[in-house]
Formats: sequence, structure tokens, C-alpha cells
Amino acid sequence: MKVLVMGAGVAGLAAAWELRRRGAHVTVVDRQDRVGGTASWFAGGMLAPWCERESADEKVTEIGAAATDWWADILPDRVERNGTLVVAPARDGSELDRFARRTAGHRTVDETELGELEPVLSGRFRRGLFFEAEAHLDPRAAMRSLQMLLARSGCIFRLGEDVAETDSFDAVVDCTGMASPVDGLRGVRGEMLLLRTSGIRLSRPIRLLHPRIPVYVVPRGEGLFMVGATMIESAADSSASARSVMELLNAAYALHPAFGDAEIVEIGVGVRPAFADNFPRVSRHGDTISLNGLYRHGFLLAPALAADAAAMAMGIREAAHG
Amino acid sequence: MLEIYGAKLPSRLILGTAQYPSPDTIGEAVRAGGASAVTVSLRRESAQDAAATGPGGKFWSIVRSLGVPVLPNTAGCHTAREAITTAQMAREVFDTNWIKLEVIGNHDTLQPDVFELVEAARILCDEGFEVFPYTTDDLVVAERLLEAGCGILMPWCAPIGSARGPVNLDALRSLRSHFPDVPLIVDAGIGRPSHAATVMELGYDAVLLNTAVARAGAPVYMARAFSAAIKAGRTAWHAGLLEPRDIAVPSTPVIGMATFT
Repeated sequence: MKVLVMGAGVAGLAAAWELRRRGAHVTVVDRQDRVGGTASWFAGGMLAPWCERESADEKVTEIGAAATDWWADILPDRVERNGTLVVAPARDGSELDRFARRTAGHRTVDETELGELEPVLSGRFRRGLFFEAEAHLDPRAAMRSLQMLLARSGCIFRLGEDVAETDSFDAVVDCTGMASPVDGLRGVRGEMLLLRTSGIRLSRPIRLLHPRIPVYVVPRGEGLFMVGATMIESAADSSASARSVMELLNAAYALHPAFGDAEIVEIGVGVRPAFADNFPRVSRHGDTISLNGLYRHGFLLAPALAADAAAMAMGIREAAHG
Repeated sequence: MLEIYGAKLPSRLILGTAQYPSPDTIGEAVRAGGASAVTVSLRRESAQDAAATGPGGKFWSIVRSLGVPVLPNTAGCHTAREAITTAQMAREVFDTNWIKLEVIGNHDTLQPDVFELVEAARILCDEGFEVFPYTTDDLVVAERLLEAGCGILMPWCAPIGSARGPVNLDALRSLRSHFPDVPLIVDAGIGRPSHAATVMELGYDAVLLNTAVARAGAPVYMARAFSAAIKAGRTAWHAGLLEPRDIAVPSTPVIGMATFT
């Protein structure tokens, strides 16, 4: 069984893994000369199925709950199981109440415990919500590691190439996100920052609630922090706007003033592929399986959807030979 | 039936399209609440989107496919000039002369800058726009907006997204009695269905809201609740409400009751 996976973002790599696991011979092709795709490259890498329930459907929590184990089984050194901490400025305490009401899997922590969890935030917030079972990873590092493991297991990577032909493959899995011809996709633009500072140490993603501009800060190690992300109904991938950068920086500064002295390492813009219900889907079009619409849940939902896509692709050959 | 700029609106609920869990939920809420129009904001990025993917872009084509008139808005504009440019862009993209004119004057309260608002309204009305001005409950500003050519007024009842409900009933009442023939829509600050019922009981023509539905635990149910409250308030206004009294009045007449001595 020979399968061509188009797209080397998180969906394509997860699909490749699930196909290899089922014994397929897999080739991954991507126009870019590296793995990581476009939307995935700018992802937060939070494995936060319970926090996401604040704005997402129950299904996201149900399906996403297994994602941490999937990643940790494959890349044990890349997954940090330290939970998520959600805080709000005193003025926005009602946002914290709303968040607590809409989500499960958390407990309220007081100022003391909050300070024990994240000493740099000691005294800055009166209370927070601790989602103990959540985890995070560094998306770029995780995708590179997954590529190495896949290559070692015989998966062929053709990076920096366009798809020339698909006839020699039994099935194609299209994981090209916004570049896919699949119907009903729209783009949701996201802007993010990478900041570097030695003045702050965090062990877990922090979500700072704000009625207008909720943001999260994810520690990436060695003083690097990802601050994200805007959500704009647009497929435009032009450079980040001054307003968005200002808002992200403001929020980071509100979390801790030491971010004011941080170095801006990167300002990134990605476009999340999404369907109208903001939930991903796997669909079949002839011998092509499409896995798309991961929206803001790439690392969270790709494992489960990849398994579906792989099973469907393997079924193509069974049907052909049956 | 409510008539605005010659268009007949079959219901008295207008919904925003921001902050919903998904575009699908917008559609469900619009249908459940029987909204007669939706308002949508235009951003710089969306204009690029229109340039890149033809009129609309995906989100807009979803909004347009809801089957109700689209009222584009100038949310996020801080000057008359910005708002005018946005309105012109909106006219091209949505092919409508309707524009909900918002010019924000204060970052914390998102209060309208009424001076810039009147200025922008005058220019846009001259250019043939049908302007829906988002304004405060100030009577003099309302008069200026009508002078500028607006055929409708959209006062706030509290700051945008604050969910505080009508904080100055006297001002809203006064607007209603000064402008008995101008369509009046409460545009911002509604948090719960009872707030909507209250302003409808004052004789307001419609309610525009977003956050109270979009960020509710179950937006579709909340849209339904608002629809019911708006109808209740409207019917009550038609029915003629009692004025509050200081003295208790028994429901059953006391004169003629048997006395036992």
C-alpha cells in the first residue's frame, strides 16, 4: 500500500505516522523546504482540551483528551505535562467566573498556590484556574522530531517540491490546509509573537482573560515565549498589523512587566483553515482523503483525525482488492 | 411592521455576528431568534480578503447566505474620516447603502464620539448612504443626527458588551417621546432578555445585540429567549402599561362588601 501525504504540517505528519503504524509505505510532499506547514508553524502547541471548551464544542474536549498521550507516546521528551493556568486582572474577575462556568477539569487556586505554581506571578493575581491535566509542546520542535522518527522508519520526505504525479500511489491524503480544494473552508487569521527574556520563568501556558483581548503565553524554554494569538475572520496572510502586535504586547506586559524588556524574536502570521462549524473533518473524494479544518486545534485534534484518515486510506486498497 | 429607509423588517431583533463559537452557530441563532438583519464589521484584513478572494471572502459569504439583510458597521473606527472610508468599502463589498455608523471616542467605555459621528453622518448621508448611527442617549446629538439626514437613531442603553441593561431609563423615555415617528433601536448594553423587554415596553422599535447572545452558554437558546422578550415588550407597549402608583389598590372592589359588626 503506497500512500502520498500532501502537506507536512501537523495534520500531514500525524497522518503519515498513523499510516506507517498501519504498515503503509508513505511519501510526504510539501512545497516548503521544511516540515511544519503554515498554520502549524505558528501554533501555540497547547494540549488544552478543557480550556478550549470555553469557546469550542464538547466534541473538541472529548476527542482532544487523548492527544497528550498520543504525543507523549511518540515524543516523550517533547511533552510538558504541567497543566494550564488561567488568570485575569482583578478588574476582569467576572471573565474568570465565566471561564470557570463554561469549562471543566479545573480547580480554583488562591494567591498562595498560584505563587507556588508560577513564582514570577506571585502577588500579581488573587486567584486563577488550574487545569492540571493539560499539557503543552513546542510545535516546531515536535514536528521536526516527528519527521526524524518518520524518516527513520522509512517514510520518504519530498520537501520543496510540488506534487508531480499521484498515479503511482494507491491513495492520497490531502493535508494542505488552506491550499486544499476541499469545499467550505474559510481562513481565520492569527498573529503571534515570539519573545525572549531571561527575566521570567514559566512552567506552563498562562491564559490571561480580558473581555476584548484574551491572550496566552506559552513557555518554549531557554527564555523563549510564544504570545498568541489574534482571531480575525480573514484569509489574508499579510504581515501582522500594528494594532494586533500592540495588543499582544500589552497583554504580555499586563501578565508581567518584565515582558516589556523582552526581545521580539519573531512576529508571525498564520491562517487557520476552518469549516463553518469550526470542527475538522475527514472526507473522501475518489482516491483522495482530505483531512482539513483543524482551526485552532491542530495539535489537539490532528492525532484523532489522522487515525480516521489513515483508516479510510487503508480501506481504499482493501476495497480495490476485495 | 418595522420600516427603516423604506425596507420592511419582519422582526424587531437585529443580531451581531462577532464572538460566536462558529459561523454555523450564527446561522442557528439568527434562525432561532428570527432576527430580521445582521450587522457585520469590516476590518482592514477583510478588505484584503475581498481583494484576494473576490467579493466577500469566506466569512462574508457565510454571513450573506444567512438570508437576512446585512447591515455593515464601522466598528473600531475612531475618526469621521476612518468611518467614512470603511463605509465606502462596505458599500462596495456588500452592495448596500446601509451603514451602521460607529465612531468610538473613548477606549475604555467605547463611547461614541458624537462630534465625529455627526460629521461622518452628514457626509455619508450626502453620499447617499442610509445611516444607522450608534449614538448616546443625548437628545441634542439625536437632533443633530436627524438634521444630518439620518432616518433612524440607535442609542446605547449602556456601554457595548457591558451587559448592564438600560442605565438611564429617563433619557431613553425622553428620546422616545421627542421622536415619536423616528425608528429607535437600542444598540448596545443589553445583557439579558428582561433588558430587551424593558426598552421595548418604552416603545422602542427594535433591539440590536451581539455579546449577550454570542457569549451565552447556549447562543441559540438565548436568541430564542431574546426573541420572546422583545415580542412580550412590544405587545405590552401596545396593550398600554400601568403607571406605578404609591398607594395599594385592591383588585377586588371593597365597596359593597358585607360588614360584620
